[in-house]
Amino acid sequence: MYRYDELDDTIVRERAAQFRGQVARRLSGELTEEEFKPLRLMNGLYLQLHAYMLRVAIPYGVLNAAQLRRLGHIARTYDKGYGHITTRQNIQFNWPALVDVPDILDQLAEVGMHAIQTSGNCIRNVTTDQYAGATPDEIEDPRIWCEIIRQWSTFHPEFSFLPRKFKIAVTASANDRAAVRVHDIGLRLHRAADGQVGFEVLVGGGLGRTPYIAQTVREFLPKEHLLSYLEAVLRVYNLEGRRDNKYKARIKILVNSEGIDEFRRLVEEEWTSGEGHAADLPREEVERIRRQFDPPAFDRTADDDLAFNEAVAANTSFARWTRTNLAPHKQRGYAIVNVSLKPPGAAPGDITADQLDVVAHLAERYSFNEARATHEQNICLPHVRTRHLLDVWRTLDTHGMATPNIGLASDIIACPGLDYCDLANARSIPIAQRIADAFSDQALAEDVGELKIKISGCINACGHHHVGHIGILGVDKKGEEFYQITLGGSASDDAALGEIIGRSLSSDEAVSAVQQMVHFYRSARQPGERFLDTYRRLGADRFKQLLYGKE
Amino acid sequence: MIHYEQNQFRLSERATSDATPLDVWRSSGAPLGAIVLVANTANNEDLALAASRASVIVLEFPTFVDGRAYSQARLLRQRYGFKGDLRASGNVLRDQALFMVRCGFSSLDVDGAAKDGYDRALSEFTFYYQSAADNAPPAWRLRADRARAA
Repeated sequence: MYRYDELDDTIVRERAAQFRGQVARRLSGELTEEEFKPLRLMNGLYLQLHAYMLRVAIPYGVLNAAQLRRLGHIARTYDKGYGHITTRQNIQFNWPALVDVPDILDQLAEVGMHAIQTSGNCIRNVTTDQYAGATPDEIEDPRIWCEIIRQWSTFHPEFSFLPRKFKIAVTASANDRAAVRVHDIGLRLHRAADGQVGFEVLVGGGLGRTPYIAQTVREFLPKEHLLSYLEAVLRVYNLEGRRDNKYKARIKILVNSEGIDEFRRLVEEEWTSGEGHAADLPREEVERIRRQFDPPAFDRTADDDLAFNEAVAANTSFARWTRTNLAPHKQRGYAIVNVSLKPPGAAPGDITADQLDVVAHLAERYSFNEARATHEQNICLPHVRTRHLLDVWRTLDTHGMATPNIGLASDIIACPGLDYCDLANARSIPIAQRIADAFSDQALAEDVGELKIKISGCINACGHHHVGHIGILGVDKKGEEFYQITLGGSASDDAALGEIIGRSLSSDEAVSAVQQMVHFYRSARQPGERFLDTYRRLGADRFKQLLYGKE
Repeated sequence: MIHYEQNQFRLSERATSDATPLDVWRSSGAPLGAIVLVANTANNEDLALAASRASVIVLEFPTFVDGRAYSQARLLRQRYGFKGDLRASGNVLRDQALFMVRCGFSSLDVDGAAKDGYDRALSEFTFYYQSAADNAPPAWRLRADRARAA
């Protein structure tokens, strides 16, 4: 993974010192809360329903053991003993006191972490495939480009007061695990017909109250021009994006009001005029960064998998976990281990201080000192030797992180909802817990297979309900919590927005509706079909009829 | 008002004559050496005209969250080669002073009494990652220089 040099380190430490000064000005009364707000929002500090919430950046999801332990220490010392992994691979602390935040940032800076641009109308933490550098299905490691974007976007003087927030995601795999089509800019590394590798640039995707799937603004961008092209897109957006209405201010609105062809013309004109692609990095800097993502020293001797096979045969719990929570690795004898943060009865994505320490230990001992936060609010250990899987599973199981549900019905994305957030109309976490309970029978869950359930507590859609195979949106009806169901969404390569299926339901009805639909799917599916495939084949009407009869 | 020169702010007198809005200036034949107020909705043609004939260009921050003038400043300096005084007016806060200077502003229309805070804002960072309209070398260039020196 990328190692900070003196320059990176200085920038992060100076940012912590700067914010300490800003907090001091607030605490002394020199700044009012109104004046302080934009400053704290540049640094991931939100005022929530009960307290401040601090969002700490995990650049493209990558963590080492020292960082995990430090996050654990912060959770234990300044919070209520846990943190919360977000859909953008960050971690949030829900209970810090304002006066402690400068100390927290100093402690983060010591391990190369920060809260830079985790909020505000600026370029946010860039995200990517959590399997980067480990999966056999990628064409190169997308983290190289994520790190290049991280550095370029950090305190960018031109793009720190955009019309609205700006999110970039990168994938290098045919199987998009980074949801690039629902980002302001999605970058897809691919190989063109002539063998060259470059980016497809997608623009204008996003969820929220006006959801859009991103459109292609450039089929093929040579890699060396990434930053100058991003500057061109950002400059067009900064100058032309709407600023009169915050709900119309995202780039998706601009792209769709101009039309993709006109937007492309504006970007190309900006990109090709004038400054000679001055933002592009010289080759030597790209290589310097690339070298830091060289594969770790994998043991390339043939592994003796006999012990693993015996353990699978002898231990049904372990066997079940290996079926659901492992992903194939590019190096023979290794696997990617998914650490589930979705045990029954828990808030999706929550992780305790002790669990952070356990993951740190496992990363250090078994995964070349690396772990990843995932878009689906779990963690993964990217490089685990097959012969160590039983040990890793035992440790995870002991600490409640081996629920065998990755990609299954109970692996739910949910926003914090009305339990924490002052924007929410309804609670998300209790609904997620009840649906997860309904699929706690492992045989049932495995039989159902891949099912992406995503729950948002309001139309800001932090729980990505628009792109759930089953999406659930909390709405307020005369002071009571109701839930609207959408079907058929996806955030992957087959990205699509779900369709609202009918009137909103009470929480009891919503849970049983999910069960009914899944039951119907199991009776109606053709071999190999996921819930999503069956839904797409049969159409919305069949499901409407199922839930609402003839009404 | 404060002026940015040789990597620091110095106090300067408030401008004696008011800026002329670009449309008015253009319809009077765009005389050389004027102080021209350019709205943050101006197009590139307007920017090019102002860059070629004005001596002072005033850009506006109607509120600090409206960041269009940062892009305009870079265009004026880097694309249209403007060498005169580029002034930020409106809601110009000390916590944005560094971004403004990096985008090419050379004066900030703020109360001179607050100069100390703006000075401090300029000194908070030693290194920058990206190149902009100032002369600060980006991190990648410093790294390359160090690697060659080593």
